[in-house]
Amino acid sequence: MGKIDIENLNLYYGEFHALRGVSLSAPERGITALIGPSGCGKSSLLKTVNRLNDLSEGCRVEGRVLLDGEDVYGGGMDIYTLRRRVGMVFQKPNPFPMSIYDNVAFGPRSHGVRARSVLDGIVEESLRRAVIWDEVKDRLAGSALRLSGGQQQRLCIARALAVRPETLLMDEPTSALDPISTAKIEELASELKKAYTIIIVTHNMQQAARVSDRTAFFLLGEVVELGDTSRIFTAPRDKRTEDYITGRFG
Amino acid sequence: MRAVFLAAACVCILCVAAICLFLLVNGLPAFGKIGPLKFLSGSVWRPGSGAYGIAPMILGSLYVTAGAIALGAPLGVLTGVYLARFCPRRARAAGRAAVNLLAGVPSVVYGFFGLVVLVPAASAVFGGSGKSMLTASVLLGLMILPTVISVTETSVRAVPEACYEGALALGATHERAVFFAVLPAARPGVTAGIALGVGRAIGEATAVVMVAGNQPVIPSGPLRGLRTLTANIVLEMGYAADLHRGALAATAVTLFVFTLAVNVLLALGRGKRPA
Repeated sequence: MGKIDIENLNLYYGEFHALRGVSLSAPERGITALIGPSGCGKSSLLKTVNRLNDLSEGCRVEGRVLLDGEDVYGGGMDIYTLRRRVGMVFQKPNPFPMSIYDNVAFGPRSHGVRARSVLDGIVEESLRRAVIWDEVKDRLAGSALRLSGGQQQRLCIARALAVRPETLLMDEPTSALDPISTAKIEELASELKKAYTIIIVTHNMQQAARVSDRTAFFLLGEVVELGDTSRIFTAPRDKRTEDYITGRFG
Repeated sequence: MRAVFLAAACVCILCVAAICLFLLVNGLPAFGKIGPLKFLSGSVWRPGSGAYGIAPMILGSLYVTAGAIALGAPLGVLTGVYLARFCPRRARAAGRAAVNLLAGVPSVVYGFFGLVVLVPAASAVFGGSGKSMLTASVLLGLMILPTVISVTETSVRAVPEACYEGALALGATHERAVFFAVLPAARPGVTAGIALGVGRAIGEATAVVMVAGNQPVIPSGPLRGLRTLTANIVLEMGYAADLHRGALAATAVTLFVFTLAVNVLLALGRGKRPA
C-alpha cells in the first residue's frame, strides 16, 4: 500500500468520461511521475486527489482515492484537512498579489495560526525548504509579484509547504519556466521527496526520467503502463508507451 | 472614413476645452476680486452684503461625500463580491438587473425618494426637520451603489481562477479564499470603483439639494443641514448677477478642481499598480 492509492477511478465531466478505471499507487517518500499527451487526464487525476475537481460543474467520481488508507471521498474526511495534508503546486506560478511573507503565511493563517512568532518561524522554515530563503529574506515585505517566474514557483512551493503537508501534487510545475529555473525546481523536488510523497505531472519526458521513481503513462484517460521509472524508460512493455517515450507521437 | 473619426474625437476634446475655458473665464475674475484666500476660507456666504466665503460649502461637499463613501463603499463592495462569487447563477442575473436599474434612476427621482422617505424617517428618529448631512450622505451612499457594485463585481470576476484555486488548495474555506486572496487581487479595480463613486457623490446636485437643508453654514454635527458646492450653484445661479454670478462660477471652478483631483489620484493609483 502506498501513501496515496487510487483504486478503479472513473471521472466524468458531465457526459465526458475523463478517467477510465485508473488504479495507481504513489509510494511514500517517492516521486511518481504522470506522463502522457495533453488532455489524457493527468491533471484531472491530480485535482481528484485534493478534490479541487469538486469545483468543476458536472464532475462525478466513482472508485476510491485513499490517503493513508482513508477514502478522501468518504464522509469521514474533512475537505479542508485533506487539502492541508495534500499540497498542490500549479502549472503557472500563482502567487497572491501580496507580500512574500503573507503568501507563505496564508495557509497557516487559514488554519488558525495567528501568533506572529509562530508564523515567523513557519515562513522562514518553508522558504528555506523551498530553497528561496537566501534570495528573499531581505524583502519579505515586498510584493511576491516582483519575483521572477522561477522564484515565484519556488515561493508557491514554500507556500504549499507552510501548512506542513504530507504529500505534494505538482501539475507541470516547470512548463512555464526557463531551463535554469526548471533545474532548480527539479533539484528541489529530489530533495523534498525525502520528506514528502510527490506526484508530478509533466510533459517533459526527460524530467520524468530524471526526477521520478515511478512513472505512469496515460493515454485517453487510461493508465497504459505503470512501473519503476528506469524500467519504463528502458524496457516499456506496451507498444504505445514505447512510441510515446521515443517521441513517435504526443 | 478616417476624417470622420478624427472629427468626432476633435469635437469631444473641443467640448472639454471649451468647458474649461469658459469656467475659468467666468470664475477667475471673481477669485481676484474677492481674494482667493477670503473666498476659499471665508465662512460667511451672504451675497446681499458682499460676503462670499465658500468654506461651508467646501466642507459640506467633503462631509457628504465622505459619508456617502463610508456607507456606500462597504455595502457596494460586499454586494459586488456576493454577486461575483457567492450568489447562485439565477439570482445573479436578477441582482445584476436590479443594479442596472438602480444606475438608470434619474437623480431627481432619488431626491424625491429622499424627500418623502428618508427625510421623514430621519425626522421621526432624530427629531428636527430631517434634512441633514446624515440624510444627504445616506441618499448619496445609495446613489453610488450601482457604480461600486458593478465595478467590484467585474474586477472580482476578472481575477484569474488560479488565485482562487491556489487558496483553496491550501485548505482555505471559500470565504477566506474570496476575501483574502481574490479580493486583494481585485483591489485596483475596486479602488477605481470607489473613486468613481467619490466623483459621482461630489458632483451630485439635484438629489442633494432636496434633502440637505442647504443652509450655507459650517455644520456642527451630522444631524445639521448643510449646503454643498453643487447646491450653492444650483440654488442661486437663476437670479445671480455681477460679482454674485462670478462667485458662483468660481464655486464651479473649485468643484472642478476637486473632481480633477479625484481623477488625477485615480490615474496615479492605476500607474502604481504592480504588474
